[in-house]
Amino acid sequence: MTIQFNDETFRDDYSFRNSDWAIKRFPFPFHEDSYMYSMNAEQHRGGPAGSVFEKRFDVDEHYISEMRDRAIVLDQDPLRCQSLPHMTLAGWDLLELIMVSKSEDYPDLFELYRDGAQWRWVNKPLGIDDTFTFMDETTLPYGPLEYITRQSQGDFALLDQRENNLWMDAGMITTQADWSLDFDIGMNFFEWHAPVPLAHEMGIFKRALKFLMNIQQGAPGRRLNWTMTVNPLLDTSPENYHKWGIQKTSLTPENIGAKQHVRVELQTFYRLPRSNALAFPIRCYLCSFQDLMTVPKWGRRLHRVVRDLPVELATYKGFIDNRPMMLDYLSQFDDGLPTSFGVFPDLDSEPPLQK
Amino acid sequence: MTKFNFPPSITSRPVWGELQARAGSGHVFIADAHGAGAIMDMATPDLMAKAHIIYIPKGHDMSAELKALGPAQYYEGPSYAAASSRIAHVLGQAKMGVQVYLAGTESVMGQAMHAAVQAGIPSGSIQTEHRGSTARRMQCVHCKGFTEDVETDPFVCSHCGLNLFVRDHYSRRLAAYQAVCIDAEDPGNVPESKGIYE
Ligand code: HEM
Repeated sequence: MTIQFNDETFRDDYSFRNSDWAIKRFPFPFHEDSYMYSMNAEQHRGGPAGSVFEKRFDVDEHYISEMRDRAIVLDQDPLRCQSLPHMTLAGWDLLELIMVSKSEDYPDLFELYRDGAQWRWVNKPLGIDDTFTFMDETTLPYGPLEYITRQSQGDFALLDQRENNLWMDAGMITTQADWSLDFDIGMNFFEWHAPVPLAHEMGIFKRALKFLMNIQQGAPGRRLNWTMTVNPLLDTSPENYHKWGIQKTSLTPENIGAKQHVRVELQTFYRLPRSNALAFPIRCYLCSFQDLMTVPKWGRRLHRVVRDLPVELATYKGFIDNRPMMLDYLSQFDDGLPTSFGVFPDLDSEPPLQK
Repeated sequence: MTKFNFPPSITSRPVWGELQARAGSGHVFIADAHGAGAIMDMATPDLMAKAHIIYIPKGHDMSAELKALGPAQYYEGPSYAAASSRIAHVLGQAKMGVQVYLAGTESVMGQAMHAAVQAGIPSGSIQTEHRGSTARRMQCVHCKGFTEDVETDPFVCSHCGLNLFVRDHYSRRLAAYQAVCIDAEDPGNVPESKGIYE
């Protein structure tokens, strides 16, 4: 299908909206009526047609506006994109992976022509047509990581693998759930995950690291993570928290359905061929409570998950103060009926709300 | 001075050890204030014959005692910042097999540790021992400015003036803990400051 790109904002007047198409394909992160951290990773080998899992790098109606938002963030704070000197090769690996994947998966939107090291990249939605020499930084307006991720939705971390660990040595991070690349760059897997509650004690990070270090080229993996965001604000950075934090207190019973968003990260893992680094794209999807409630199964389930979530997780995710108001709202959409297993909407088989 | 036992913490936070004399091609000591005591507790004439001590008295001057140990080379600086280019130079010139000993506040150990790693010294050749103040070197996540010697939580950023709370999240590259605005969700509501470990 051809994508109709939205003209919308993720700040100030927040004109971001999801179409019906985008709501139905929203990666709802709960496969059952409760949630706890787990080693929830699987192979990234496509998914149902039209779902966000289908392509290697999903492009949706928010593409152009998200790239505009990223450019604003980078203008204000260039430290959101950094690469330690030894990571340039991994940047080229990532550029190649994205260009090849997108031109194959979306031939009507992206084209790549390669003649030896002479490459021509055509990005129709963003109006880009550049010719450059692969592996020669002087022929691109930015370093390879910054160049390609200014044209790709989602954040990107590049991990160097050495000393039996992964090191976050490069990244483009502008749509993060409240963590700082500038602070975390150079850390290993256990260090940057240090603030996460419970998961260390559960042994999850030991298993996760093992899984990631074994990712082979051509066999990528994926997992979902989620949190809550008031207003469709992509840049929930610690850097700007003193500016956006106050928005968390703007919820009322009247506006919560429109303002409160579930924020889902589709995280994928790719082994890169030349650098042996790991690419970790973190793609952020936002959906308002009221849009989620159009799917009866999701309404029932979200209420139960938020209600029963351990205090530690609700605190870490930053919505403990707003949880009572969320539950008042969500309980209207929970009639107590059982829900089908799995994340998909199941609109044809799940009953409408009985309330 | 009694040793301070740091409470168990998160995995980004370094764990400090206890200095022990080791065989090495040379011995670089970097310490501030009470850190001198850790050196005195383990110094031997053998070690001192190949030792370079870099000391920052910081209000607790033990330079006479350190000099009395008879190190091959002795330098005293008024602050870490003032000593930092010398430290980078000394560590950069160090021969294979050098042993590095860091003692004193977390701020000095953290910064010197980073300098040593940057200079290519293997982490197995770097030892640490905390002595003296438990104050922290903090980085404001908003303006990126560093505030040294932070003893209370919350505190005021010495650069941008925001009221910040003290996190345990630690960056070895910055040799600093992270500080985040405490009243972002309720401007002006700043709880009374307490000692970090109170
Ligand atoms: C190399 C790939 C990965 C990177 C770069 C990464 C990065 C991060 C970062 C920066 C955070 C925020 C920590 C903070 O509060 O400052 C985080 C949180 C977390 N990560 Fe990872 N991560 C990776 C892989 C994984 C994997 C494979 C798992 C598997 C279980 C995992 C589980 C988690 C969990 C449970 C959280 C807490 C999220 C929440 O409750 O919202 N991570 N990760």
